[in-house]
Amino acid sequence: MNDQSKAFTMEMDKSGSVASDTVMNPHKVTSRKVSVFYGLKQALFDIDLDIPDRAVMALIGPSGCGKSTFLRCLNRMNDTIPDCRVTGEIKVDGRDVHDPDLDVVELRGRVGMVFQKPNPFPKSIFENIAYGPRIHGLARSKSDLEEIVISSLEKAGLLSEVKDRIHEPGTGLSGGQQQRLCIARAIAVNPELILMDEPCSALDPIATAKVEELIDELKKNYCIVIVTHSMQQAARVSQRTAFFHLGILVEEGSTADIFTNPTDKRTQDYITGRFG
Amino acid sequence: MNEHTVKSYEEELGLLDRKIAQMGGLAEQLLGRSLEALERRDPKLAEDVVRSDRAIDDLEREVEEQVISMVARRQPMANDLRHIVGALRITTDLERIGDLAKNIAKRSLAIADEVHPRPLMTGIRHMAELALHQLKEVLDAYSERDAEKALSVWSNDTQIDAMYNSLFRELLTYMMEDPRNIGISTHLLFGAKNIERVGDHTTNIAETIHYLVRGFNITDDRPKDDQTSSTLISGS
Repeated sequence: MNDQSKAFTMEMDKSGSVASDTVMNPHKVTSRKVSVFYGLKQALFDIDLDIPDRAVMALIGPSGCGKSTFLRCLNRMNDTIPDCRVTGEIKVDGRDVHDPDLDVVELRGRVGMVFQKPNPFPKSIFENIAYGPRIHGLARSKSDLEEIVISSLEKAGLLSEVKDRIHEPGTGLSGGQQQRLCIARAIAVNPELILMDEPCSALDPIATAKVEELIDELKKNYCIVIVTHSMQQAARVSQRTAFFHLGILVEEGSTADIFTNPTDKRTQDYITGRFG
Repeated sequence: MNEHTVKSYEEELGLLDRKIAQMGGLAEQLLGRSLEALERRDPKLAEDVVRSDRAIDDLEREVEEQVISMVARRQPMANDLRHIVGALRITTDLERIGDLAKNIAKRSLAIADEVHPRPLMTGIRHMAELALHQLKEVLDAYSERDAEKALSVWSNDTQIDAMYNSLFRELLTYMMEDPRNIGISTHLLFGAKNIERVGDHTTNIAETIHYLVRGFNITDDRPKDDQTSSTLISGS
């Protein structure tokens, strides 16, 4: 394990980086020596990764590299998997997510998640979004709730497309609209951190562009972590990129640096399509 | 370096290198022959140089088209991106070197019938030899991906600049001695300036190679020793 920790190259300040990408907001998430085990199999090895606020961090790497596993640690989604054990320390806003006093439901309110396949509830568009604020007690009145729903739809860039059919089933929307509905649902509970696990892999290029535009907008107010198989997408939407391979964090740096001049040969091989 | 999983990508990168090598070879040849034409006062050779510049122009266009197509289709990243962007930059410099050689050849045609002052021709020859050597070195540095060699080419350019400075003074003096020398001296001065410019394009290529191999630009300002733009010899 110690050998692997030596492989971490946390280069924060390489020359030749694009200035706007090196502007670093304070860290929203800090993780130290995070390891994950599925039964006896170790899936992540001693991950040290800090994630800046109001920016997009992309996690890239081949299938099975541990990037989704890491993402799921941030809102303790791995708790739902039997035999899964997480060690190390993860802090969101300085607060340990494994603190026994911490309410997991409240944590997941602060840390929203969007999945690979759009998964709206089999309910109306309105109810899809109202569900979260209602269970988290965020709305005091009906008009409060309506306001949250409308503003969430607006932030997700969906309002103009659905305003006439807000009480129709969410499942009747197109794939791209469904995904933006899920993003609207995630932001309705006013999270601080939004996790996206391959949010565009089931979408066509136009819907993908709309989601990416939305991510660009959202990063002004939220910390976003996105797992993606599309290197181009990581390059387009993120300010920082972390490359995972075989359960270790190989390299993390400004997106411009990672995609023009990565430090580690494994990163280079992966992003240029040289892994055999 | 591991090979790309997609073999045609690998082949395209190889093709790009071969075209650059071909262009480099042509540029070297053209420059060498234009200087020979100047020195030997050989109009036939000079005309030949002027005609052959076309081949470099054609190659430049081919490289440019290939680069644009690769950026669009492959969406290159990291070292591939630097490789492809580097090829585009180098091809522009090589094309300019071809143009400069053509210009030297044209000037040699203009002064073919005049008497060439021997000491000045020797100065030009030395300068040309050094420029040719630098060009050869930088092309080797490209094919070997040798950043150190590129750096040494880069810093050696000051020698060409120094030679140009002294040649510039000599030519001015020569013109002042006898106004009848002004015609040939002006052509030789422009010829020398062209060689000096070849040196500059060679250092550009060296900078590109450095970026391509190491991933960052040479940060020191290159010492610029061409002082002729602020030199004046008083006529009194």
